[in-house]
Amino acid sequence: MPPTTLSDSTFGLTMLIVGMGGTLVTLWLLTLLLKGLTSLFPVKEEPASGLPHSNPPHNH
Amino acid sequence: MIDAILSGLTALTAGAQHLITLNGLLCLAMLVIAGVMFYLAIVKDVEPLLLLPIAFGCFLVNLPLSEVMGHDGVLKTFYDFGIGNELFPLLIFVGIGSMTDFTPLIANPKLLLFGAAGQLGIFATLLLALLVFNFTKEEAVSVAMIGACDGPTVIYVSNLFAGLNKIPTAMVGALAVAAYSYMALVPVIQPPIMRLLTTEKERQVKMPSVKGKVSKTALIAFPLAVTLITGIIAPKGLPLMGMIMLGNFMKVTGVVTRLTKCSENEIANIATLFLGLAIGGTMFGPAFLKTETLFIFGLGLFAIIIDTAGGILLGKLWYLLSGGKVNPLIGAAGISAYPMAARLVQTEGQRWNKHNFLLMHAMGANTGGQIGSVMAAAIMLAVLKGLGVIP
Repeated sequence: MPPTTLSDSTFGLTMLIVGMGGTLVTLWLLTLLLKGLTSLFPVKEEPASGLPHSNPPHNH
Repeated sequence: MIDAILSGLTALTAGAQHLITLNGLLCLAMLVIAGVMFYLAIVKDVEPLLLLPIAFGCFLVNLPLSEVMGHDGVLKTFYDFGIGNELFPLLIFVGIGSMTDFTPLIANPKLLLFGAAGQLGIFATLLLALLVFNFTKEEAVSVAMIGACDGPTVIYVSNLFAGLNKIPTAMVGALAVAAYSYMALVPVIQPPIMRLLTTEKERQVKMPSVKGKVSKTALIAFPLAVTLITGIIAPKGLPLMGMIMLGNFMKVTGVVTRLTKCSENEIANIATLFLGLAIGGTMFGPAFLKTETLFIFGLGLFAIIIDTAGGILLGKLWYLLSGGKVNPLIGAAGISAYPMAARLVQTEGQRWNKHNFLLMHAMGANTGGQIGSVMAAAIMLAVLKGLGVIP
Protein backbone atom coordinates (compact mmCIF):
# COMPACT_ATOMS: atom_id res chain seq x y z
CA MET A 1 0.00 0.00 0.00
CA PRO A 2 1.54 3.38 -0.96
CA PRO A 3 2.35 5.52 2.10
CA THR A 4 0.11 8.34 0.91
CA THR A 5 -2.94 6.13 1.31
CA LEU A 6 -2.05 5.22 4.90
CA SER A 7 -3.74 7.29 7.55
CA ASP A 8 -1.54 8.52 10.39
CA SER A 9 -3.20 6.16 12.85
CA THR A 10 -2.77 3.14 10.55
CA PHE A 11 0.85 4.08 9.91
CA GLY A 12 1.57 4.63 13.61
CA LEU A 13 -0.07 1.39 14.71
CA THR A 14 1.67 -0.54 11.92
CA MET A 15 5.02 0.83 13.07
CA LEU A 16 4.18 0.05 16.69
CA ILE A 17 3.14 -3.53 16.01
CA VAL A 18 5.62 -4.47 13.28
CA GLY A 19 8.44 -2.27 14.57
CA MET A 20 8.27 -3.16 18.25
CA GLY A 21 7.24 -6.74 17.48
CA GLY A 22 10.02 -7.06 14.92
CA THR A 23 12.58 -5.69 17.36
CA LEU A 24 11.44 -8.11 20.08
CA VAL A 25 11.42 -11.13 17.79
CA THR A 26 14.79 -10.27 16.22
CA LEU A 27 16.46 -9.79 19.59
CA TRP A 28 14.85 -12.99 20.87
CA LEU A 29 16.35 -14.79 17.84
CA LEU A 30 19.69 -13.25 18.71
CA THR A 31 19.29 -14.50 22.27
CA LEU A 32 18.87 -18.04 20.96
CA LEU A 33 21.85 -17.58 18.68
CA LEU A 34 23.99 -16.35 21.57
CA LYS A 35 22.95 -19.31 23.69
CA GLY A 36 23.99 -21.52 20.79
CA LEU A 37 27.33 -19.74 20.52
CA THR A 38 28.13 -20.07 24.21
CA SER A 39 27.16 -23.76 24.13
CA LEU A 40 29.15 -24.38 20.98
CA PHE A 41 32.22 -22.55 22.26
CA PRO A 42 32.27 -23.08 26.03
CA VAL A 43 34.72 -21.09 28.05
CA LYS A 44 36.57 -24.06 29.54
CA GLU A 45 38.00 -25.02 26.17
CA GLU A 46 39.65 -21.68 25.59
CA PRO A 47 41.27 -18.84 27.53
CA ALA A 48 38.73 -16.57 29.17
CA SER A 49 37.87 -13.27 27.57
CA GLY A 50 39.38 -10.10 28.90
CA LEU A 51 42.29 -11.93 30.47
CA PRO A 52 45.58 -11.04 28.85
CA HIS A 53 47.93 -13.85 28.00
CA SER A 54 50.96 -11.82 28.91
CA ASN A 55 51.68 -13.74 32.13
CA PRO A 56 52.51 -17.32 31.23
CA PRO A 57 52.67 -19.75 34.14
CA HIS A 58 56.05 -19.89 35.84
CA ASN A 59 58.02 -23.10 35.79
CA HIS A 60 58.91 -23.91 39.36
CA MET B 1 35.62 59.63 -1.84
CA ILE B 2 33.23 60.35 1.02
CA ASP B 3 30.69 58.01 -0.56
CA ALA B 4 33.27 55.25 -0.64
CA ILE B 5 34.17 55.82 3.02
CA LEU B 6 30.49 55.80 3.99
CA SER B 7 29.94 52.57 2.04
CA GLY B 8 32.87 51.01 3.82
CA LEU B 9 31.57 52.11 7.21
CA THR B 10 28.08 50.84 6.35
CA ALA B 11 29.57 47.45 5.54
CA LEU B 12 31.25 47.39 8.95
CA THR B 13 28.00 48.17 10.74
CA ALA B 14 25.82 45.83 8.65
CA GLY B 15 26.18 43.08 11.24
CA ALA B 16 25.03 45.30 14.06
CA GLN B 17 22.14 46.55 11.92
CA HIS B 18 21.13 43.00 11.18
CA LEU B 19 20.71 42.33 14.90
CA ILE B 20 17.76 44.68 15.12
CA THR B 21 15.77 42.84 12.45
CA LEU B 22 13.40 39.99 13.39
CA ASN B 23 15.82 37.38 12.06
CA GLY B 24 18.62 39.14 13.90
CA LEU B 25 16.74 38.93 17.17
CA LEU B 26 16.11 35.23 16.62
CA CYS B 27 19.83 34.77 15.99
CA LEU B 28 20.53 36.74 19.14
CA ALA B 29 18.28 34.34 21.08
CA MET B 30 20.27 31.44 19.60
CA LEU B 31 23.51 33.07 20.74
CA VAL B 32 22.07 33.01 24.25
CA ILE B 33 21.14 29.34 23.78
CA ALA B 34 24.69 28.66 22.58
CA GLY B 35 25.89 30.35 25.77
CA VAL B 36 23.67 28.06 27.84
CA MET B 37 25.08 25.04 26.01
CA PHE B 38 28.64 26.28 26.67
CA TYR B 39 27.72 26.59 30.35
CA LEU B 40 26.23 23.09 30.48
CA ALA B 41 29.23 21.56 28.71
CA ILE B 42 31.96 23.44 30.59
CA VAL B 43 30.52 23.92 34.06
CA LYS B 44 28.00 21.08 34.38
CA ASP B 45 29.94 18.53 32.31
CA VAL B 46 26.84 17.66 30.25
CA GLU B 47 28.10 15.58 27.29
CA PRO B 48 30.91 18.13 26.69
CA LEU B 49 32.47 16.16 23.84
CA LEU B 50 29.39 16.75 21.72
CA LEU B 51 27.74 19.75 23.30
CA LEU B 52 30.80 21.99 23.07
CA PRO B 53 31.29 21.69 19.28
CA ILE B 54 27.50 21.81 18.75
CA ALA B 55 27.33 25.02 20.78
CA PHE B 56 30.26 26.49 18.86
CA GLY B 57 28.63 25.62 15.53
CA CYS B 58 25.42 27.26 16.79
CA PHE B 59 27.46 30.29 17.89
CA LEU B 60 29.14 30.61 14.49
CA VAL B 61 26.01 30.25 12.38
CA ASN B 62 24.01 32.80 14.37
CA LEU B 63 26.54 35.60 14.31
CA PRO B 64 25.18 38.48 12.19
CA LEU B 65 25.39 37.82 8.46
CA SER B 66 27.40 34.68 9.05
CA GLU B 67 28.09 32.68 5.91
CA VAL B 68 29.44 29.54 7.54
CA MET B 69 26.40 27.55 6.39
CA GLY B 70 26.12 29.33 3.07
CA HIS B 71 27.26 27.88 -0.23
CA ASP B 72 30.88 26.77 0.30
CA GLY B 73 30.68 27.88 3.94
CA VAL B 74 32.96 25.96 6.29
CA LEU B 75 30.18 24.32 8.33
CA LYS B 76 28.19 23.56 5.17
CA THR B 77 31.28 21.82 3.84
CA PHE B 78 31.52 19.74 7.03
CA TYR B 79 27.80 19.00 6.79
CA ASP B 80 27.96 17.87 3.17
CA PHE B 81 31.16 15.93 3.75
CA GLY B 82 30.05 13.94 6.77
CA ILE B 83 26.40 14.32 7.66
CA GLY B 84 24.67 14.70 4.32
CA ASN B 85 26.12 11.32 3.36
CA GLU B 86 25.80 9.83 6.91
CA LEU B 87 29.57 9.31 7.21
CA PHE B 88 30.23 10.86 10.64
CA PRO B 89 27.55 8.95 12.62
CA LEU B 90 28.84 5.72 11.12
CA LEU B 91 32.47 6.52 11.97
CA ILE B 92 31.39 7.23 15.54
CA PHE B 93 29.68 3.85 15.58
CA VAL B 94 32.97 2.14 14.70
CA GLY B 95 34.43 3.86 17.74
CA ILE B 96 31.51 2.88 19.98
CA GLY B 97 31.81 -0.74 18.88
CA SER B 98 35.49 -0.79 19.66
CA MET B 99 34.86 0.68 23.11
CA THR B 100 32.04 -1.68 24.12
CA ASP B 101 32.52 -4.94 25.97
CA PHE B 102 29.66 -7.30 25.15
CA THR B 103 30.94 -10.07 27.46
CA PRO B 104 28.23 -9.65 30.16
CA LEU B 105 25.57 -9.85 27.46
CA ILE B 106 27.01 -12.89 25.70
CA ALA B 107 27.38 -14.64 29.07
CA ASN B 108 23.70 -13.96 29.80
CA PRO B 109 21.94 -13.64 26.43
CA LYS B 110 18.46 -13.32 27.92
CA LEU B 111 19.41 -9.82 29.07
CA LEU B 112 19.14 -8.81 25.42
CA LEU B 113 15.36 -8.83 25.84
CA PHE B 114 15.68 -5.82 28.15
CA GLY B 115 17.33 -4.09 25.21
CA ALA B 116 14.16 -4.73 23.22
CA ALA B 117 11.78 -3.56 25.96
CA GLY B 118 13.90 -0.43 26.35
CA GLN B 119 12.91 0.66 22.84
CA LEU B 120 9.19 0.89 23.62
CA GLY B 121 9.53 4.67 23.89
CA ILE B 122 10.48 4.93 20.22
CA PHE B 123 7.25 3.42 18.98
CA ALA B 124 4.99 5.01 21.62
CA THR B 125 6.47 8.42 20.78
CA LEU B 126 5.96 7.83 17.08
CA LEU B 127 2.26 7.26 17.70
CA LEU B 128 2.00 10.33 19.94
CA ALA B 129 3.88 12.57 17.50
CA LEU B 130 1.62 11.50 14.66
CA LEU B 131 -1.74 11.57 16.37
CA VAL B 132 -1.44 14.36 18.91
CA PHE B 133 1.24 16.71 17.59
CA ASN B 134 0.40 16.33 13.89
CA PHE B 135 3.97 15.74 12.77
CA THR B 136 4.33 14.25 9.30
CA LYS B 137 5.23 10.57 9.12
CA GLU B 138 8.91 11.27 8.46
CA GLU B 139 9.10 13.94 11.17
CA ALA B 140 7.37 11.64 13.66
CA VAL B 141 9.82 8.81 12.94
CA SER B 142 12.75 11.19 13.38
CA VAL B 143 11.42 12.55 16.68
CA ALA B 144 10.62 9.05 17.92
CA MET B 145 14.23 8.00 17.35
CA ILE B 146 15.24 10.14 20.36
CA GLY B 147 13.87 7.14 22.26
CA ALA B 148 16.83 5.18 20.94
CA CYS B 149 18.89 7.19 23.47
CA ASP B 150 21.60 7.12 20.88
CA GLY B 151 22.78 10.35 19.24
CA PRO B 152 24.39 8.92 16.09
CA THR B 153 21.30 6.79 15.37
CA VAL B 154 19.02 9.83 15.71
CA ILE B 155 21.25 11.83 13.36
CA TYR B 156 21.51 8.94 10.89
CA VAL B 157 17.76 8.38 10.63
CA SER B 158 16.69 12.03 10.67
CA ASN B 159 19.31 13.00 8.14
CA LEU B 160 18.05 10.27 5.85
CA PHE B 161 14.75 12.14 5.70
CA ALA B 162 16.47 15.54 5.46
CA GLY B 163 18.36 14.22 2.44
CA LEU B 164 15.03 13.30 0.85
CA ASN B 165 13.68 16.79 1.69
CA LYS B 166 11.03 15.19 3.91
CA ILE B 167 12.06 17.09 7.04
CA PRO B 168 13.79 20.49 7.39
CA THR B 169 17.54 20.36 7.93
CA ALA B 170 17.19 22.54 11.03
CA MET B 171 15.17 19.74 12.61
CA VAL B 172 18.25 17.46 12.54
CA GLY B 173 20.01 19.94 14.83
CA ALA B 174 17.09 20.11 17.25
CA LEU B 175 16.82 16.31 17.32
CA ALA B 176 20.55 15.87 17.92
CA VAL B 177 20.63 18.39 20.75
CA ALA B 178 17.53 16.83 22.34
CA ALA B 179 18.99 13.32 22.02
CA TYR B 180 22.34 14.20 23.56
CA SER B 181 20.74 16.34 26.27
CA TYR B 182 18.45 13.56 27.41
CA MET B 183 21.27 11.01 27.28
CA ALA B 184 23.13 13.25 29.71
CA LEU B 185 20.00 13.64 31.85
CA VAL B 186 19.40 9.89 32.25
CA PRO B 187 20.62 10.00 35.89
CA VAL B 188 17.96 12.63 36.59
CA ILE B 189 15.13 11.10 34.56
CA GLN B 190 15.38 7.41 35.46
CA PRO B 191 15.48 7.15 39.29
CA PRO B 192 11.98 8.59 39.92
CA ILE B 193 10.53 6.18 37.34
CA MET B 194 12.43 3.27 38.90
CA ARG B 195 10.96 4.08 42.32
CA LEU B 196 7.50 4.76 40.96
CA LEU B 197 7.17 1.46 39.11
CA THR B 198 8.79 -0.91 41.61
CA THR B 199 8.03 -1.86 45.20
CA GLU B 200 10.66 -1.69 47.92
CA LYS B 201 10.61 -5.49 48.08
CA GLU B 202 11.36 -5.73 44.35
CA ARG B 203 14.18 -3.19 44.56
CA GLN B 204 15.82 -5.18 47.35
CA VAL B 205 16.00 -8.44 45.37
CA LYS B 206 19.56 -9.70 45.48
CA MET B 207 20.61 -11.35 42.26
CA PRO B 208 23.27 -14.06 42.18
CA SER B 209 26.67 -13.15 40.78
CA VAL B 210 26.91 -13.80 37.07
CA LYS B 211 29.45 -15.82 35.20
CA GLY B 212 31.47 -13.19 33.43
CA LYS B 213 33.61 -15.36 31.20
CA VAL B 214 33.04 -16.08 27.56
CA SER B 215 35.27 -17.97 25.16
CA LYS B 216 37.20 -15.89 22.67
CA THR B 217 35.59 -17.78 19.80
CA ALA B 218 32.12 -16.82 21.05
CA LEU B 219 33.27 -13.21 21.42
CA ILE B 220 34.54 -13.20 17.84
CA ALA B 221 31.44 -14.94 16.47
CA PHE B 222 29.10 -12.48 18.23
CA PRO B 223 29.59 -9.38 16.01
CA LEU B 224 29.45 -11.54 12.90
CA ALA B 225 26.20 -13.19 14.07
CA VAL B 226 24.55 -9.87 14.93
CA THR B 227 25.57 -8.37 11.60
CA LEU B 228 24.31 -11.44 9.74
CA ILE B 229 20.91 -11.36 11.46
CA THR B 230 20.57 -7.61 10.85
CA GLY B 231 21.54 -8.04 7.22
CA ILE B 232 18.92 -10.73 6.71
CA ILE B 233 16.05 -9.09 8.59
CA ALA B 234 16.68 -5.36 8.22
CA PRO B 235 19.27 -4.65 5.52
CA LYS B 236 18.45 -0.91 5.56
CA GLY B 237 20.01 -0.78 9.01
CA LEU B 238 23.12 -2.68 8.01
CA PRO B 239 25.37 0.42 7.85
CA LEU B 240 24.51 1.22 11.48
CA MET B 241 24.85 -2.28 12.90
CA GLY B 242 27.69 -3.19 10.54
CA MET B 243 29.88 -0.32 11.74
CA ILE B 244 29.28 -0.88 15.45
CA MET B 245 30.01 -4.58 14.99
CA LEU B 246 33.10 -3.86 12.87
CA GLY B 247 34.51 -1.85 15.76
CA ASN B 248 33.73 -4.64 18.19
CA PHE B 249 35.07 -7.33 15.85
CA MET B 250 38.42 -5.55 15.60
CA LYS B 251 38.52 -5.22 19.39
CA VAL B 252 37.77 -8.86 20.22
CA THR B 253 40.03 -10.42 17.61
CA GLY B 254 42.92 -8.57 19.19
CA VAL B 255 44.97 -8.72 16.01
CA VAL B 256 44.47 -5.13 14.88
CA THR B 257 45.20 -3.23 18.08
CA ARG B 258 46.35 -0.17 16.15
CA LEU B 259 43.09 0.01 14.20
CA THR B 260 41.06 -0.52 17.37
CA LYS B 261 42.87 2.24 19.22
CA CYS B 262 42.57 4.50 16.21
CA SER B 263 38.80 3.79 15.99
CA GLU B 264 38.12 4.53 19.63
CA ASN B 265 40.35 7.59 19.72
CA GLU B 266 41.32 9.45 16.55
CA ILE B 267 38.47 8.38 14.27
CA ALA B 268 35.72 8.77 16.89
CA ASN B 269 37.17 12.07 18.10
CA ILE B 270 37.59 13.63 14.67
CA ALA B 271 34.12 12.51 13.58
CA THR B 272 32.64 13.80 16.85
CA LEU B 273 34.25 17.22 16.43
CA PHE B 274 33.08 17.78 12.87
CA LEU B 275 29.68 16.18 13.46
CA GLY B 276 29.10 18.48 16.42
CA LEU B 277 30.16 21.58 14.53
CA ALA B 278 28.02 20.73 11.52
CA ILE B 279 24.98 19.89 13.67
CA GLY B 280 25.44 23.18 15.50
CA GLY B 281 25.53 24.82 12.09
CA THR B 282 21.96 23.65 11.41
CA MET B 283 20.72 25.59 14.46
CA PHE B 284 20.12 28.85 12.62
CA GLY B 285 17.73 30.93 14.69
CA PRO B 286 14.92 31.65 12.22
CA ALA B 287 14.78 27.95 11.25
CA PHE B 288 15.35 26.53 14.75
CA LEU B 289 13.16 28.68 17.00
CA LYS B 290 9.79 27.18 16.23
CA THR B 291 7.04 25.56 18.27
CA GLU B 292 8.05 22.21 16.76
CA THR B 293 11.40 22.44 18.54
CA LEU B 294 9.62 22.62 21.91
CA PHE B 295 7.47 19.65 20.88
CA ILE B 296 10.63 17.74 19.93
CA PHE B 297 12.12 18.28 23.39
CA GLY B 298 8.84 17.32 25.08
CA LEU B 299 8.43 14.19 23.00
CA GLY B 300 12.07 13.25 23.55
CA LEU B 301 11.53 13.31 27.30
CA PHE B 302 8.38 11.23 26.89
CA ALA B 303 10.34 8.69 24.80
CA ILE B 304 13.05 8.21 27.44
CA ILE B 305 10.43 7.86 30.20
CA ILE B 306 8.55 5.17 28.25
CA ASP B 307 11.83 3.40 27.39
CA THR B 308 12.66 3.20 31.08
CA ALA B 309 9.14 2.10 31.98
CA GLY B 310 9.20 -0.57 29.26
CA GLY B 311 12.40 -2.10 30.61
CA ILE B 312 11.22 -2.00 34.22
CA LEU B 313 7.84 -3.50 33.36
CA LEU B 314 9.58 -6.38 31.60
CA GLY B 315 11.72 -6.72 34.71
CA LYS B 316 8.59 -6.90 36.86
CA LEU B 317 7.14 -9.58 34.61
CA TRP B 318 10.41 -11.48 34.89
CA TYR B 319 10.33 -11.02 38.66
CA LEU B 320 6.91 -12.67 38.77
CA LEU B 321 7.80 -15.49 36.39
CA SER B 322 11.07 -16.26 38.20
CA GLY B 323 9.44 -16.34 41.60
CA GLY B 324 11.12 -13.14 42.73
CA LYS B 325 14.67 -13.92 41.61
CA VAL B 326 15.08 -11.03 39.16
CA ASN B 327 15.44 -7.44 40.34
CA PRO B 328 13.20 -5.37 38.02
CA LEU B 329 15.57 -2.40 38.32
CA ILE B 330 17.93 -3.97 35.78
CA GLY B 331 15.24 -3.37 33.15
CA ALA B 332 15.99 0.36 33.37
CA ALA B 333 19.43 -0.37 31.92
CA GLY B 334 17.91 -1.66 28.68
CA ILE B 335 18.57 1.67 26.96
CA SER B 336 21.53 2.74 24.90
CA ALA B 337 23.08 5.24 27.36
CA TYR B 338 26.14 3.12 28.11
CA PRO B 339 27.48 2.64 30.75
CA MET B 340 25.56 5.39 32.53
CA ALA B 341 22.28 3.49 32.79
CA ALA B 342 23.99 0.36 34.16
CA ARG B 343 25.85 2.33 36.82
CA LEU B 344 22.60 4.02 37.78
CA VAL B 345 20.92 0.65 38.32
CA GLN B 346 23.85 -0.45 40.49
CA THR B 347 23.61 2.74 42.57
CA GLU B 348 19.83 2.50 42.91
CA GLY B 349 20.00 -1.21 43.78
CA GLN B 350 22.56 -0.58 46.51
CA ARG B 351 20.47 2.25 47.90
CA TRP B 352 17.81 -0.30 48.86
CA ASN B 353 20.05 -3.26 49.63
CA LYS B 354 23.68 -2.46 50.25
CA HIS B 355 24.66 -6.09 49.69
CA ASN B 356 23.26 -6.02 46.19
CA PHE B 357 25.58 -6.01 43.18
CA LEU B 358 23.52 -5.57 40.03
CA LEU B 359 26.28 -4.07 37.90
CA MET B 360 27.11 -7.09 35.74
CA HIS B 361 23.44 -7.84 35.09
CA ALA B 362 22.84 -4.19 34.31
CA MET B 363 25.88 -4.03 32.02
CA GLY B 364 24.45 -6.96 30.06
CA ALA B 365 21.08 -5.23 29.77
CA ASN B 366 22.80 -1.96 28.87
CA THR B 367 24.83 -3.44 26.03
CA GLY B 368 21.60 -5.18 25.02
CA GLY B 369 20.09 -1.69 24.91
CA GLN B 370 22.85 -0.56 22.57
CA ILE B 371 22.11 -3.39 20.20
CA GLY B 372 18.37 -2.96 20.75
CA SER B 373 18.39 0.71 19.79
CA VAL B 374 20.31 0.11 16.59
CA MET B 375 18.17 -2.93 15.80
CA ALA B 376 14.98 -0.92 16.40
CA ALA B 377 16.24 1.75 14.01
CA ALA B 378 17.17 -0.93 11.46
CA ILE B 379 13.76 -2.60 11.76
CA MET B 380 12.03 0.76 11.50
CA LEU B 381 13.93 1.61 8.31
CA ALA B 382 13.13 -1.82 6.89
CA VAL B 383 9.41 -1.37 7.62
CA LEU B 384 9.47 2.17 6.19
CA LYS B 385 11.00 0.81 3.01
CA GLY B 386 8.34 -1.89 2.94
CA LEU B 387 5.64 0.75 3.28
CA GLY B 388 7.23 2.81 0.52
CA VAL B 389 8.00 5.79 2.78
CA ILE B 390 11.70 5.66 1.89
CA PRO B 391 13.23 4.36 -1.34
